[in-house]
Amino acid sequence: MEKGDFCISTMASSNIAVLLTIGVITVFVIRIIYVIYRSSKPLHSKSPRFLSTLIVLGSGGHTAEMLNLLYVLQTEKFKPRYYVAAATDNMSLQKAHVFEDSLLGKEALEEVGGAEFMQIYRSREVGQSYITSVGTTLIAIAHALWLMIKIRPQVILCNGPGTCIPLCVIAFFFKVLGIRWSSIFYVESIARVRKLSLSGLLLYKLRMADQLFVQWPQLKEKYPRAHYVGRLM
Amino acid sequence: MDEKSGTLKEKKVVFVTVGTTCFDALVRAVDTPEVKNERIHKYSNSNGSWIIHSHQDLLEFLEIMCKFAGGFGKLLFACRYFPFQQSMDSSHNQTVENGPAVLEYFTFSSSIADYLKEASLVISHAGSGSIFETLRLGKPLIVVVNEDLMDNNQSELAEELAERKHLFCARPQTSYETIADMDTGSLITYQLGDAEPVAKLISRYLEFPDDKLTYVK
Repeated sequence: MEKGDFCISTMASSNIAVLLTIGVITVFVIRIIYVIYRSSKPLHSKSPRFLSTLIVLGSGGHTAEMLNLLYVLQTEKFKPRYYVAAATDNMSLQKAHVFEDSLLGKEALEEVGGAEFMQIYRSREVGQSYITSVGTTLIAIAHALWLMIKIRPQVILCNGPGTCIPLCVIAFFFKVLGIRWSSIFYVESIARVRKLSLSGLLLYKLRMADQLFVQWPQLKEKYPRAHYVGRLM
Repeated sequence: MDEKSGTLKEKKVVFVTVGTTCFDALVRAVDTPEVKNERIHKYSNSNGSWIIHSHQDLLEFLEIMCKFAGGFGKLLFACRYFPFQQSMDSSHNQTVENGPAVLEYFTFSSSIADYLKEASLVISHAGSGSIFETLRLGKPLIVVVNEDLMDNNQSELAEELAERKHLFCARPQTSYETIADMDTGSLITYQLGDAEPVAKLISRYLEFPDDKLTYVK
C-alpha cells in the first residue's frame, strides 16, 4: 500500500513537472513570436530624446561602410555610443576615434554623450573552418554576454562579419526576457551581391534583425524582407 | 591621364596591393635559395597559373600586366609577406633597380591612400576596402580574385563591378588574357554611393523626426 501511494505521488509530481515545463516553453515561444512580430514594426516609443547605441565594427571594408553610415546619421540622437571591434583588429577603433573627434567640432561639447571603445573576441576569423568556429563562437558568446550586460544598448548597428552575431543573439534574448528592448539594424556589406553573408543570413532567417538592409537589388529579389538602400560606398 | 602619359612615362607607377590576408595566388612564390638563384624564366607553368620565382619574374609578370599603359617606371608592392625580401636588403622600404623598372615594396602601412594617389594603374586583391579606395580616386584597376579564401564571396563584388565596367576582374589563371584584352578607355567612372537612405530609414523606424537631417547637411 505504502509503495503504491509513493508511486502515485511521484507520478503526480512528475506530471506537474511536465505540465510546468510545457507551460514555460509555451510562454517562452509565445514571447519569442511576440518579439519577432513586434520587431518588424516601427518603434512606438514615447519619442525618447536619445538612445544608447552599440556600433559593431567589422574590419577593413565593413568599418569603412559603417563609418559612411555614421557620418550621415543624426548622431545626437544615438548616444551614448559604444563601439565594439574584434580584439585582432586595431584599425577599426582608431577610425572610430577619428570619427568621434570629428563630431567634437560639430556638436556642442555637452551635446556629445561620450563614446566608449571596446574589444571583443571574434567568433570566426577569415579562412577559419566552420567546425573549429563552433568553439571560438562559444568563447565569443561568453565575452559578448558580459559586454552586453554592461552596455544594455537600445539600438544596435552592425554590418558583419561574425563579431556581431553573439551580440545580436544576446540582444534578442534580452528582448525575450524583458531585460532590455533594442532595435537591431543590420546593413549587409556591399561585397555581398548575390547572396547574404553567413551573419546576414542568420539574422534574416532567425528574424533577429529588426531591419536588414542590402546594397544590391539582386539581394532584395532573393530576400524580400530585406530593404534595398543602394550603395553605401 | 592620356596627355600626361607621354611626358611622365618614366614616373608611371603601378601599385600592387595584396591585402591583409595572405594572398599567394597572385604571387605564388617559391622562396627557396635554389629556385631563387636558378631564375626559372617563365611566369606561367603548364596549367597556366602564374608562378613567380624571383623578383625578375615578378617584374616581367607585371610588365606584361602593364603593357597597355606603355610601360611603367615604378612598381609599388604592398603585402604582409614579400617573397623576395631576403634577396634584397633588410631595411624596410626597398628599391631595386632592374633595367627600366624600379621595384619598391613595403610590408605594412596604415593607409595606402598616398600610394594610390601616385599610381597610374592599381592591381589589387578583391577586398572591398582597396577596391573602393581605388575607384574613388578614379584609377584604372585590375582586381585579381583570390581563390584561396574559404567562401569566395569577394569575387561577387569584383565581378559585379566588372560587369558594370568600373574595373577589370581577373583570376590568377586567366590574368594574362584579361590584361592583354583590356582597354582602360572602356572603363566607366564609378559614382560614389550614399548612406543617406539607410540613415533615413533607421531614423524613421525609430520615429525620430526627419527635419534635423536636412539642415545638418
